[in-house]
Amino acid sequence: MNIAERTGRRRLAVGWEAGDRRQVWPWPRLTLAVLAVAACAVPFLLNPYRVFQLTMVLVYGVALLGLNLVVGQSGQISLGHGAFLALGAYVPAVATGPLGLPHPVALPLSALLAFGLGLALGLPALRLRGVYLAVVTLAIAVVVPPVIKRFGAVTGGSMGLSVSAPSAPSWSGLADDQWLYLLVLAVAAVAFAAVRNLLGSRAGRALAAIRENPEAAEVLGVRIAAHRTLVFAWSAMYAGVAGTLYAWVVGFVSPDSFTVTLSIVLLAAAVVGGPDSPAGPLLGAIFMTFVPAAAQGAGDAVPGLVSGLVIILVVCAAPAGLAGLLRMAAGAVARRLGRE
Amino acid sequence: MSDLLLQVVQGLSLGAVYAGLALALVLVHRFTGIVNFAQGELAMLSTYVAWQLLDAGMPFWAALPVTLAVSVAGGMLVERLVIRRVEGGGELTLVAVTVGLLIFVNAAAGLVWSFAVRSFPNPFPAALGFGSAQSGFSALGVLGVVAVVMLALYVLFRHTGAGLIMRAVVADPVSARLAGIRVGRVLGLGWGLAAGVGAVAGVLVAPLLFLEPNMMGGVLVYALAAAVLGAFRDPVVTVAAGLGLGVAETLAGTYVGFVGADLKVAVPLLVIVAVLLLPRRAAETAPER
Repeated sequence: MNIAERTGRRRLAVGWEAGDRRQVWPWPRLTLAVLAVAACAVPFLLNPYRVFQLTMVLVYGVALLGLNLVVGQSGQISLGHGAFLALGAYVPAVATGPLGLPHPVALPLSALLAFGLGLALGLPALRLRGVYLAVVTLAIAVVVPPVIKRFGAVTGGSMGLSVSAPSAPSWSGLADDQWLYLLVLAVAAVAFAAVRNLLGSRAGRALAAIRENPEAAEVLGVRIAAHRTLVFAWSAMYAGVAGTLYAWVVGFVSPDSFTVTLSIVLLAAAVVGGPDSPAGPLLGAIFMTFVPAAAQGAGDAVPGLVSGLVIILVVCAAPAGLAGLLRMAAGAVARRLGRE
Repeated sequence: MSDLLLQVVQGLSLGAVYAGLALALVLVHRFTGIVNFAQGELAMLSTYVAWQLLDAGMPFWAALPVTLAVSVAGGMLVERLVIRRVEGGGELTLVAVTVGLLIFVNAAAGLVWSFAVRSFPNPFPAALGFGSAQSGFSALGVLGVVAVVMLALYVLFRHTGAGLIMRAVVADPVSARLAGIRVGRVLGLGWGLAAGVGAVAGVLVAPLLFLEPNMMGGVLVYALAAAVLGAFRDPVVTVAAGLGLGVAETLAGTYVGFVGADLKVAVPLLVIVAVLLLPRRAAETAPER
């Protein structure tokens, strides 16, 4: 008996038809479309401070997309992605300031440089297992601010540099912050699509194989070292791009913006968001931006207190992160709506 | 005292502090297979406890045992409340939970004692009181205290019943449980011991670095480097590595112009990378759980 007779379809049933109830949200496309429209409408509806906050969410979202490649896909731990963010942020500060290059050059330039640095660091890093990579990358993150200060002639030392952002073209009739938001949104959308494509590609499937069972992957002819190095470099590139966007949005870079805390919070946000989920980076970025902003009013120490508590609670109670919780909630809603 | 000798002695005393914290890292890793990124922050918290006691008028050598007792209890509490819930989890889970602990403890200290920088009294008297000799004397004091701690640990593990039980748990938790040992309690005690050793390191380094919630960030990196050299299991290599790192850092900062005071932190990074890359063995005798 062939498939067609048994199921009434020409192809093998997959997903919902085959009884898979994990993909529970009934309207993925519609939701995505609504989200996209809402994201485009943001700069015209909200006040400038909210627009700034949401721009930062997108910036961190791009960085977390990259970090998730290493943490969620490659199964390695990096506590040093702040270093790539710093590199990406100093590229526009130096290139469009003292060197006088035009703005559009900064983005590809920092992507390229971060990719190169990621490749250089990934070569030794791929030999390290598990927590050893975390230790090395943590040390890199600690070294970044002193290095920036040491080469003060280029980087402006501890005083920092101010960065000019691309301003809105006159035909658009937009304010600069609205234009910047849309620019960051476009970059984030491209980055998201690129990650989806990467994960669906041959390299993405090889990564999944490496993560699930390195020995079996190697037997099947997957070159583990090459893939791990490359994914580390990709991940660094995303962080570098996010760094450039950060510099544009904030308009100022200094060593104090790229302390070890940034790297640590990035990893924490990746874990809280859900390292193995497409929604994870966005949720992690929202956590990273809004929890400190909301808790700031209660005092200097409260944001850290709340963030630390949330991280510990999420790790203990919801190992799949906020994205996992969202998935469960979506499942409950879908069941309520009677598709069961 | 000649200049070079003074630098070496100061390097050794810094190194002794790194060795102390590294030893705490090794203890936690031997007991529970976790690299505790929050170890430095726990030590910082202990140092604040000591400062509070001193501020209340207690003499230093009375405040120290009280601080140690509080730290051991605190370490056991952390193990019981947080770590036990993620025991046996994946590497990412374990790193994430200690990182969360790091952020939380740091902020908690900031909440209670504010982020202001405080000075911490030097416990060692300026007995020989002329200039450089005084710092030499306190450096020797630090070395002495760390040596006493290590001796105490050695005696505890090798020559007491409790130490035998702990070694049994480290060697084989399942058999130890079958032999009637309460493994959970022993693991908690391991965390407590580590917190105590870390507390000693914190109290000793506080007069040099000044007391503030972020003071242990740099020290943690050196301690991690030392612990990596000992592959997170060998206490003797770890201590030697800590001392060596302290001397290397001080000498590089003083005599290598390019390094200067700013880039001293790069020394442990280079050491970690070199050690992990050169002999393949070091990375492969990696954490087994």
